[in-house]
This record gives sequence, structure tokens and C-alpha cells, in this order.
Amino acid sequence: MAQSVVVQVGQCGNQIGCCFWDLALREHAAVNQKGIYDEAISSFFRNVDTRVVGDGGSISKGKICSLKARAILIDMEEGVVNEILQGPLRDVFDSKQLITDISGSGNNWAVGYKVFGSLYQEQILEKLRKSAEHCDCLQCFFIIHSMGGGTGSGLGTFLLKLLEDEFPEVYRFVTSVYPSGEDDVITSPYNSILAMKELNEHADCVLPIDNQSLFDIISKIDLMVNSGKLGTTIKPKSLVTSSAEAVKKWHQRPFDAMNNIVANLLLNLTSSARFEGSLNMDLNEISMNLVPFPQLHYLVSSLTPLYTLADVNIPTRRLDQMFSDAFSKDHQLIRADPKHSLYLACALMVRGNVQVSDLRRNIERFNALLTKRPLAHCQTVP
Amino acid sequence: MSIVTVQLGQCGNQIGFEVFDALYTDSHCPQGLCSKRENEAYQASCKERFFSEEENGVPVARAVLVDMEPKVTSQTLSKATQSGRWKYGQHSCFCQKQGSGNNWAYGYSVHGPRHEESIMNLIQKEVEKCDSLSGFFIIMSMAGGTGSGLGAFVTQNLQDQYSNSLKMNQIIWPYGTGEVIVQNYNSILTLSHLYRSSDALLVHENDALHKICAKLMNIKQISFSDINQVLAHQLGSVFQPTYSVEGSCHYRRNPLGDLMENLVPHPEFKMLGIRNIPQMSENSLAYSTFTWAGLLKHLRQMLISNSKMEEGIDWQVRPPLPGLPTLGKASLNRGLHFNMSIANLVILRGKDVHSADLGGFKDSALYTSWLEPINAFNAWKTHRAFSKYEKSAALVSNSQFLLKPLDTIVGKAWNMFASKAYIHQYTKFGMEEEDFLDSFTLLEQVVASYCNL
Repeated sequence: MAQSVVVQVGQCGNQIGCCFWDLALREHAAVNQKGIYDEAISSFFRNVDTRVVGDGGSISKGKICSLKARAILIDMEEGVVNEILQGPLRDVFDSKQLITDISGSGNNWAVGYKVFGSLYQEQILEKLRKSAEHCDCLQCFFIIHSMGGGTGSGLGTFLLKLLEDEFPEVYRFVTSVYPSGEDDVITSPYNSILAMKELNEHADCVLPIDNQSLFDIISKIDLMVNSGKLGTTIKPKSLVTSSAEAVKKWHQRPFDAMNNIVANLLLNLTSSARFEGSLNMDLNEISMNLVPFPQLHYLVSSLTPLYTLADVNIPTRRLDQMFSDAFSKDHQLIRADPKHSLYLACALMVRGNVQVSDLRRNIERFNALLTKRPLAHCQTVP
Repeated sequence: MSIVTVQLGQCGNQIGFEVFDALYTDSHCPQGLCSKRENEAYQASCKERFFSEEENGVPVARAVLVDMEPKVTSQTLSKATQSGRWKYGQHSCFCQKQGSGNNWAYGYSVHGPRHEESIMNLIQKEVEKCDSLSGFFIIMSMAGGTGSGLGAFVTQNLQDQYSNSLKMNQIIWPYGTGEVIVQNYNSILTLSHLYRSSDALLVHENDALHKICAKLMNIKQISFSDINQVLAHQLGSVFQPTYSVEGSCHYRRNPLGDLMENLVPHPEFKMLGIRNIPQMSENSLAYSTFTWAGLLKHLRQMLISNSKMEEGIDWQVRPPLPGLPTLGKASLNRGLHFNMSIANLVILRGKDVHSADLGGFKDSALYTSWLEPINAFNAWKTHRAFSKYEKSAALVSNSQFLLKPLDTIVGKAWNMFASKAYIHQYTKFGMEEEDFLDSFTLLEQVVASYCNL
């Protein structure tokens, strides 16, 4: 099975990354009851015997000793990374996977790209090579960053060029958080445009996300939960916005909930590559099917369902509703209205107890609704 | 004589497992409706064709599993071993880590040459285990990357290396509504390459199999394993042993050779389709009785009206009457489209097989003008019933049945090609636009040939 390395750059990138690793650990814990280090876990984690001094002897099979994330954390100021290292995930990261500086990029793309890029180029390359060596077969780099700031957008996009030169055969999936309407950084338009140019040329696939849509999704869930009608029937751990039962804490920490949504997206995207199913869709297949022309590689993503009701047997109507929701703009992670413009290509990735006949039925339904829309689908049953 | 099966890609491996399972279950089925001695001869023949013997008595399938990612092959291997009845050879599996990304060019130009030696070695080992080789049966899909691209490459290699053996490719025609966006490209590239290197293409359409599951088998939530089981049933009814000559008790020795001899008289016409009757869920089986006359009548009409199952047959379609001028060459837009055949093979299994009257199939109006029915039609019979069906008939035909789907896929691929969509994904692995154009030309020619029957 192929491995992926996650590179998180800047404050936004690292915060999302933190949620991602938390969620990934929980997902694998739920699936992998016996504690054996198998192919699925190896796609994001290394199994390391921490008693061995040095690089930590990697163990490829057998019981899980200690899991280390295949990740590189980059930030030009120390606050966020330090917080992660003091939090519950400190054992998942290695001190050798971090690159930090003190002053920060000052929300300036040029500082991130030109200054820190050239300053840290060697270090970054070395860490990347190290992670690649730990992988049996490296398939893809996931880069998480924001477009509006300085480090995330500047250094993050500098990375892309490095990756393209150093690892030309490895896919580069970029999750970019675009500035939304009420953004608080004044220079964000400049930063975004400069970063977009790099993304256009050097990324294989970009998943744009914006904060406003994430916030709308949270409000929607909030409404559902607090409206009282469905409140008691929602399964506590099923919300897309929280990994634990932290249903009530949103108002204090809304960014956590939003980051969880993005983390969910990333996990679900890679689920078919990690778990087996009746029709698998690997990451390279996603890139192959959804990128008709080299520069048109921006994918609008949406997630359903946002919460699961406690009722286990999903009747067909609700399943069909899920498919409709997937195409509705309320469930999208970016503000866009594809239904009123043109779909070039869509892919449906389905997890769980859904059969081919359900998929077929829904695809035929959408054939009628949408125009010029070649469709791919895959399903996994983890 | 033995058949070596090569299972390629996710689809090929999932189907391959079901096929071997069906073959094994049928050969060990207690309700053979024939004498014990005959049953044993049947079992032995089936075993010689598809399984080899291992020390502890568990039959090992004569198969090579190839896939570019490990998930499906490991699942297939473990399913077979867990069943306890038969299994795959421990070293018959070849897999890589990365997959082909639904990219024909990647499967053909990158994976093919890179892994050529290992895969051919595995096939060679399997061939050496056979006393005598009847040929190769290659199972693959057309829409994906490994099955289609690597499958085309492997078939070409087999052509070079084993030029005296026959190759039959079982290809899966994707759903019309789409499974993979670039399936049209992958399909036309596969078909054009296979047409040059394979001896016969046995085509199964996902749409048709899906309908069979829904209408005949009454399955509410159809999964791919249901579809694969229907497919395996159809293949089993063709490949299980049959008598070689009327009345004799010896089973045919060379299944692939006989099939091709009967059905592929001209290299331009290689597309074969299977129709099976009856097909129903096990629960309904207990309440049904059949007569040969009824079954054969339905089967004949299924052939003529190009229907894939015994429900919803269009009885209006009739073969053209001999005296009247032929209604021009068949156009694709004609309403009551009559399915002209080049050759047909009917395989009957079960009780009172000798009383079955096959006159309806010997009508010369069903066949093209350049082949007499006596050459174009053949029948194989055997007493031994297949898989709990008291009477069952299978029809393998080389006819115009694939004309419309083929034309549709070529049309869609051409539309995509006109806007050059996705071409960069193929050219970055060494393919050129000329390769696409060559494929289009070849397939247009096949469509024209079939149209002009």
C-alpha cells in the first residue's frame, strides 16, 4: 500500500494538521481492534520502537509499538507548533520533523517565499528526503496551508516547486484555505494571487476551502443539534465537526470544529486508498479522472452526511437524500455554485454500507438534473 | 487439456474468484442427474481443465493473479483459502503497491515493460504444470487502468511467446452511465489492441448483468459480488465439460479450440456474447419446471431480438423472409433491429438432452449470406446438469449484439478526444495522439464490418 506524507505549513496548516492526526488516530483505533500494524495504518504512520536510540528503528509488521506520524511541521513562529507539542499529540511527532523560526513572516508572501524559502531550503529538503526514505512506496504529499497569510502561502508554495523537482513522480495534493469575505488580513488578496500562480503550475490537485462555508456548515449543525427536534437522536460521536463528544464547545472554539471538517475531508479522500472495498479509487485515480486539462485542477469538495441519526438502518429515501445533499451547495466546503454553471467531472466516494444498485440509481437521477457531466464513482466498505 | 487463467486488475480478480468458485461448486454438486460414473468423469474433466492437484488434496486453481495494488489480490487469496474447498497457488500472485490510476497508458507503457519478466515467469510456471495446454483465459475490465492497459500488454506478450496457444479475453463492458470518467478512452484503446492480439473476445456488459440481477434474481441491493456470481454462472455453463460427439461418453478435450473453431470463422469478427437460460434465484428454482421446447424458443428469440435475459423479450422482431429483398444493410437507427449472427453455439445440459429440437437455430435467415447454417451452427450436449438447474441452455454467439454499445463508446470517446480532454494524462506516459487515432480507425472498421453483415 502506498504511503503519504503530510506537510503542514503556517498557523492554519498546523492547526488543521493537528485535527487531522487526531482524527486519523481515532479512525484507525476504531477499525484496528487488534493493535497490529497493518497496511492501512502504514499509509500515514510509522511503527517505531522508541527504545532504540537514533532514528528509531522502524518496525514494519507485528504489534504497534509507538506510532509516529509521517508529517513535517513547518512554521516561522513557534507558538502553534509548541502548543501541538505540549498537547495530547506530542508523542506522535518527532522533534526531527519540525522546522521553526522565531519571527514569523508578517503576513507577507515575499518573506515566506523568498526569504525563508532560500534560508530553509536545505533543511526542508533533508527532512523531506528522510520521510521519503522511511516510506516503502511514497505515493503522495499532502500539503495543508492557507492562502492569505505569509508562511502558509509563501513558504507553502515554495515547497511545491521543491517537491516537483525532487520527487517528480509523487503526487502533490494541496489543501488550501482561501480567505473569505470577512478576512482580517489586509494583504491577503496579494498573498492569495501570488500563491495561486504557484499552485497553478506546480500542484497536481488543489482542494480549495474557505472559512465562510465551513462556518455555515457549523451553524447548520448547530441548528440541528439545538433545535431540540433531532437533538436527542443524534449519535454523539458522529458529528463531522468534532472528534469526541465536544458538542457544546463550539462557541468557544469554532476553529476547532471547522478544522475537523477539513480533516474529515482528507481522511475520506484517502479512505479508498487505505481500506479495501468493492470498487477502489486510489489517489492517482482521483487525479486522473478529475483533471481533464493540466491547469484545471481545482476540485470543489462536499461532505455528507454532517451528522448521523441514531437510527441504524438508513432507509433508501435518506440515502438518496445524502446523494442530493452532496450536490447541494450548502454542503460544500467552498462558496461556489456548480449547478448553475458547468460540471466538468465529478467523483462520488462512498463509504459504508452502500451497494452498487443504490449508486446506479442515484447517478441516473443526476444524469437528468445536471448537464455535461461525466461521473466517476467508487465505494469502500471498511 | 488445461486452461490457464490470468486475472488482471480489481475486476479481473474479483470475477476470477467467483468463476473458480462456481466451477468447483458445480463439479461437486450432488444433483448431477446422471450416473455416478459419469459424474466422476465430469469432475475429473473439470478438474483437469481448471485445477491442479496439490499434496494435501486441496485443488489449486490454474490461475495467475496480477494487480498493481495489493488490496484486492490479498482479499481474493484469503477468500479462496478460507473457503477450504479450493485455493490459489501461494506464489501465483503478482502485485505492486501503487496502482495504475485508471490510466491505460500507465498500465500499458509503464507497468507492462517494467513487470513483463515477472508476470511472464509466473504464467510460464503455471503453463509448465499443465500436461497439455488448451489456451489462456484472460479476465479483465476495460474501464480501469491495470485490467485494460496491462491486460492489453500481457495479451500481446502471450501472442509473441505462446503463438501456438489460443487466447480468449473475457472483457467487462462498463456501465453506460459511467464508472470512471476516462472509461471510453480506456475501452477503445483496449479493444483496438486486443483485436490485433487476441483470438476471441468474450464480452459481458455490466448493464445487462445488473438487469439480470434486478429482474430475474430479485436481488434488492445488488452488489458487485452478485453481478460477478451471475457472470460466473454464465461462464461455467459454457466452460464445463461437454460430450465431444453425439452419443459418446467422452468429454471434449479442447474447449477453447472447439469454441473458436465454431465461432470465429473470420479474424475480423471476434466479439462473442453469452446468453444463458434459465436464470433465477435459488428460491424460485424449486417451483419451476422447464421444457426444452420452451427454453429453446426463448433462447432463439433472445438471440434475434438482441435481448440478454428471458424477461422483456421483444417478440415482434423476426428474421427477414428469404424471398424478399434484404432490407438494405442494417442501419443503426432502424427500429425493429434484427440481430444477424455469424455463428452460434448452443450448449445444452440436463435431462432428456437428446430430445431437444434445435431446428429453430438452423434457419438460414439467422445467419449471414456467406456462411451456411451447417457451418455456422453447432450444438454441444451433455446429460450432466449444471449447478442445480434441471435443464439449462447456453448460447454463445458471434453476432451484431455489441454493435450499438460499441458505436456509443466510440462516439463518446471521439467527443472527448475532439476537445482533447484528459489527453495530457496519457501522453505523459509516452502515448501519442496517433495511437488514439489508430484505435478509432480500427474500431470504426469493426463497426462497419459488423454493420454490413
